[in-house]
Amino acid sequence: MKHLLGTDGLDADQASAVLDTAEALKRTLLGREVRKLPTLRGRTVITLFYEASTRTRVSFEIAGKWMSADVVNVSASGSSVGKGESLRDTALTLAAAGADCVILRHPSSGAAHRLAGWLTEAGTSVVNAGDGMHEHPTQALLDAATLRERLGDLAGRRIAIVGDVLHSRVARSNVNLLTTLGAEVVLVAPPTLLPAGVRRWPVTVSHTLDAELPGADAVMMLRVQAERMHGGFFPSAREYSIAYGLSEARLATLPDHAVVLHPGPMLRGMEIASAVADSPRAAITQQVANGVHVRMAVLYHLLAHEEEMA
Amino acid sequence: MAPRNRGAAEPAGQRELLSAGDVARTVARMAHQVIERTALDVPDSAPVVLLGIQTRGAPLATRLAARIAEFSGVAVPTGVLDVTLYRDDLRRKPTRPLGATQLPPDGVDDRLVILVDDVLYSGRTIRAALDALRDAGRPRAVQLAVLVDRGHRELPIRADYVGKNVPTSRTEEVHVRLAETDGHDAVVLRRTGDGT
Repeated sequence: MKHLLGTDGLDADQASAVLDTAEALKRTLLGREVRKLPTLRGRTVITLFYEASTRTRVSFEIAGKWMSADVVNVSASGSSVGKGESLRDTALTLAAAGADCVILRHPSSGAAHRLAGWLTEAGTSVVNAGDGMHEHPTQALLDAATLRERLGDLAGRRIAIVGDVLHSRVARSNVNLLTTLGAEVVLVAPPTLLPAGVRRWPVTVSHTLDAELPGADAVMMLRVQAERMHGGFFPSAREYSIAYGLSEARLATLPDHAVVLHPGPMLRGMEIASAVADSPRAAITQQVANGVHVRMAVLYHLLAHEEEMA
Repeated sequence: MAPRNRGAAEPAGQRELLSAGDVARTVARMAHQVIERTALDVPDSAPVVLLGIQTRGAPLATRLAARIAEFSGVAVPTGVLDVTLYRDDLRRKPTRPLGATQLPPDGVDDRLVILVDDVLYSGRTIRAALDALRDAGRPRAVQLAVLVDRGHRELPIRADYVGKNVPTSRTEEVHVRLAETDGHDAVVLRRTGDGT
């Protein structure tokens, strides 16, 4: 593996290899006083973030540091990006400065693919940490890791992804990965928040949350992405919450083993009730913890082995 | 007595160094040596922990502990150490899957840790294991037990317990096969042909 641009290009073996590595890393570090491994000593990892982020940037930084890589954080504000430097020039600068890996978060879909095209020659790996409304592969991997911990093998499991699918890169990456791993995915959203080509996705589509909950092994709630919405996608926040929010009453209709996921940041009271988010059924903090191990695993698979330049 | 199964069941270019019976006897002898050297059956002696290095060191450590329990009556805790993340050849070799590291519940602090591996060759795996052990705790002392020492050390490392010393050339390979991982017990020497 040279880059991780999406879950679209991952086959079941590659995805399982990353998840197995993450699990082994988690067990290796469990209860240890020194949570540091020498594996990526001397490697330089740069996070390049053009969008706000708490958990993704922090967990990539911790993942790199626990593997002993040198991690440098660059954000669009406070860098030459503010002076009008293009993505390509910024990326070539970082590669020339010695980056072995650039982790990119960008508001434009496809930005990570472009970056990979420019940096392959320099031998620099690219990890997509979210590009516009396209993909967020490490989020899908950490969701799958969490689901595997709670449910075991995902083959044949039914996962409901609920809410703003249209604007969600998390939903796209999860649909690709979960179906690759053999799970059934049902998307639950109002028609206005589903993408145009959704009928061609390998999923079933529903507009009624109450009908889908009793048969779900897991429910993934998506944030309503107000920052990407220009226009009226639903009448009011209150009406959305009543139709598509996960309330305590709805939680009770889930099977006993079912898990509630949320990629964060959560809007409590909007797509998820506060009591649901804090219930033991929710795996939201477990997702964040797994995020570090999954990103360590991704860095291991991308950087541990020096590929011969062709 | 006829010479022991010389290549009868092995393909050409291979020679059996230890049969299944030899492996069992060798492990038993090493168990006696460990009991003698560590005095683990004497009250107030330092507690001993056996740590098998993935992959074939792990079943060897379990077998050694079983023999020790049989001969001394002392149940020695065992664990598994995966040293992949500490290797110095990660950059040169294809990415390896990680195995599980499992330490005994009471850890390794202030214990006499005996690392167990199948073959001692360059010593680099043991170097990685010592680094991994340093992150796991602070043992009172560390010893090394190997089923086969084939020479050609690249680091100043030696074993405290050796099942069999085998003079080899660098063009040869020593394969330890164990029932737990390979279906049967044997140690074979194989010529790789090219001398590089």
